[in-house]
Amino acid sequence: MKDFNYHSAKDSKEASKLASSSSAFLAGGMTTIPSMKLGLATYKDLIDIKNIKKLSGIKVSGKSVTIGAATKHVEVSNSKDVKKAIPSLSSLAEGIGDPQVRNRGTIGGSIANNDPSADYPSACIALNAIIHTNERKIEANKFFKGMFETALKKGELIEAIEFQIPEKSSYQKHPNPASRYAIVGVYVAKHKGDVNVAVTGAKSCVYNDKEMSKALSGNFSSSSIDGMDLDSSEMNSDMHASADFRASLVVTQAKKAVDAC
Amino acid sequence: MGRISLEVNGRKVEKEAPDNTLLSTFLREHLQLTGTHIGCDTSQCGACVVHVDGNSLKSCTALAADVNGSKVTTIEGLETNGKMHPMQEAFKKLHGLQCGFCTPGMVMSAIDLLQKNKKPSDVEIRDWLEGNICRCTGYQNIVAAVKEAATKM
Repeated sequence: MKDFNYHSAKDSKEASKLASSSSAFLAGGMTTIPSMKLGLATYKDLIDIKNIKKLSGIKVSGKSVTIGAATKHVEVSNSKDVKKAIPSLSSLAEGIGDPQVRNRGTIGGSIANNDPSADYPSACIALNAIIHTNERKIEANKFFKGMFETALKKGELIEAIEFQIPEKSSYQKHPNPASRYAIVGVYVAKHKGDVNVAVTGAKSCVYNDKEMSKALSGNFSSSSIDGMDLDSSEMNSDMHASADFRASLVVTQAKKAVDAC
Repeated sequence: MGRISLEVNGRKVEKEAPDNTLLSTFLREHLQLTGTHIGCDTSQCGACVVHVDGNSLKSCTALAADVNGSKVTTIEGLETNGKMHPMQEAFKKLHGLQCGFCTPGMVMSAIDLLQKNKKPSDVEIRDWLEGNICRCTGYQNIVAAVKEAATKM
């Protein structure tokens, strides 16, 4: 791994002041460090944001659950408040990677990285999340721009993610047995008025499946999406699953999610 | 370069190290604690698992700088007065190892499990050891060893 300068920021202000075109923020490091070790990314400066107290913690209000960006997966999965307010979010966190990854990896890091197979982006889309940064608030459906791409500007730091509490929800993942990343993961959330069906792993970026959303908003039953033939032309195809298999898995996982609600 | 201060296996250590020093490198090459193994070096195999402030992590995927000030326990820190830790004893007794390369990580990870779940089921043990890969044993005896240790810890 090429050398860099390590900085530990005291607050968001200091972190964004240290940021440059050749820096990265370091939270859990579960993707940043392996990417740097493999030579896929090099930075002059790594700005550690783990020690910024304001960025960790979970707050539940009547309508929303707000999770600090540097909150670890294990904290989300163990939180009694999250289990009570949005149980599916707690079980999503429990299914990420392995215990050691969950002891280090953070929600903000996952979202900022926007891996096409990551779990948390689907929660953001399904639960109408608002991403709070040190500069502004961004709606989840405007945040995830493409493969590993987000609306974040250079030096912009995620501070917290605010999830809307749904009436019912479930996240169903078909994991890659080695990495535990989603080959396909579907997060179904029924809100007052409409249903979101957020899909991860299937395409280059997380998305809300409009066709299934519409069908489920009309009739919230797995029978209303049974046998749906999704367009697989933009779906990923690799050694783990073909595009057609992924299209079929999206429907299967969505049905499982609706039945589990 | 930065100054790294840690408490490793109850002993205070302070050393200068380049900022890109991984915790695994710091333990093995700066402190000569070679019981922590490097297997895949891509945070998948778990041979490098150590405890930092009581929680297990993969030391090949943490910077020494970003755990600065922490308490670290490695496999070398488990014995007391020459007596093996109950988890080590159980691995030995039930043949929870063959070549032994993954064993330090397995043991450290399994101890973290028992700290959090005193009586884990077979499924919970297998689930917890998701991040520790062994290519010899087939895991049966590892699971048996963790269950045995749970009765002793």
